[in-house]
Amino acid sequence: MVGMSGTNPRQNPRASPEQLRYARVLDYGMKAGLAVLIAGFLAYVSGIVPAQVPLEELPRLWVLRVPDYLRETGMTSGWGWLAMVGAGDVLALIGIALLAGISAPCLLVLIPVFARRRDWVYLSITLLQIGVLVLAASGVLTMAH
Amino acid sequence: MNNNRHTARRRCLRWWVALFAVTSPALAYAAGAPEASTPWWIWPLVLFLVCFVLGMIAVPAGVGGGVLFVPIVSGFFPFHLDFVRGAGLLVALASALAAGPGLLRAGLADLRLALPPMLLASASAIVGALVGLALPASVVEAALGITILCIGGLMWSARKSEFPEVSRPDRLGAALRINGIFHDASLGREVAWQVHRTPLGLVLFVGIGMLAGVFGLGAGWANVPALNLVMGVPLKVAAGTSGFILSIVDSSAAWIYINQGALLAIVAVPSVIGMMLGALIGVRLLKVLRASSIRKLVIAILLLSGLRALTKGLGWWA
Repeated sequence: MVGMSGTNPRQNPRASPEQLRYARVLDYGMKAGLAVLIAGFLAYVSGIVPAQVPLEELPRLWVLRVPDYLRETGMTSGWGWLAMVGAGDVLALIGIALLAGISAPCLLVLIPVFARRRDWVYLSITLLQIGVLVLAASGVLTMAH
Repeated sequence: MNNNRHTARRRCLRWWVALFAVTSPALAYAAGAPEASTPWWIWPLVLFLVCFVLGMIAVPAGVGGGVLFVPIVSGFFPFHLDFVRGAGLLVALASALAAGPGLLRAGLADLRLALPPMLLASASAIVGALVGLALPASVVEAALGITILCIGGLMWSARKSEFPEVSRPDRLGAALRINGIFHDASLGREVAWQVHRTPLGLVLFVGIGMLAGVFGLGAGWANVPALNLVMGVPLKVAAGTSGFILSIVDSSAAWIYINQGALLAIVAVPSVIGMMLGALIGVRLLKVLRASSIRKLVIAILLLSGLRALTKGLGWWA
């Protein structure tokens, strides 16, 4: 043993069951997210799905600050983009949203494990963490530029 | 045996030369190309190539891609800093998510160790993202330059401890039962670990989250020293857990950028794909190239791109 004396570490040298659960959900979600990201992007740049903002216009627009970009393009902030999901550039955002959102279901699977073990501290931390992610994703938090 | 290694190293060097031959003009083009007359597709293509090389060097240097991506792309590409930071978060997030399942299964990322700091860091990353998007771009660019120069200095001077000596866990670490055992394949044995200075470590993660949110940087460069040098976590567990923490922290900050409209697929997606493909080559390079040489190269890149960001932010070199 290295770096230990007089402690009572968890005796399982392998990954804990909750880690394995988390890893399984993360693995599926990450692969699905990447697949959707690439497929959506290919549909967008190939022109199969027409974009809300024409690709040729982008070099003039991507130099702008976000509020100016939104004003010029008619794109919306918050979850308003979901209403435009038929456009190629918005479709490509679905993969991004999936990747950014996958951690919440991973954390959800930990709740029954910590609850069964009566590990209230980690159950609370997990619930708070889910709350932070939901708050971030909700679009409630905004700040004027 | 030595001959084989020598041949492999020479082959790798040839690879490097070829890749820099491709990407140096790409960066030079990015720095000097007239934006209005350049066809739109050139930029994502050049971005993809540059990110491919960044992914290659990030793995052997032991840094996430985000810390290289943001200063280089904001310094040499025409995209507004808001979009670069959004893409930087996604680059760091995608890499962390891809590595996560393997690290968790191998026991190299520890859930009990990760959950408390990731809660604090993800909350502060939200605040950081909101502040970063509200500040003028020139202020953020100059602050980014200073931060990147500091990161380069930190990487240059920071010592690492493979197995820090933790004689007694602190009260908070013991109460949270943050300890574990991992199998070190290189030693062929199991290594037990525990933590100390947990309160200080947690405070540091508040600051780390802020920086990740403001600048769109993955925070692996800061997570690892905080876990390893401050809290006494073995280096391999610190590196694995850092990636795991990053996946949650960057998710929180990324949502703020998504909701503000600061994520452009045309910037973010080629960057993510380039960086991930480059990382696959980087893992192979890790076996044949000296990590210390790559690390020096990355420090030099950080210093140059940090200077570029600082001068651009101050308006000395637009």
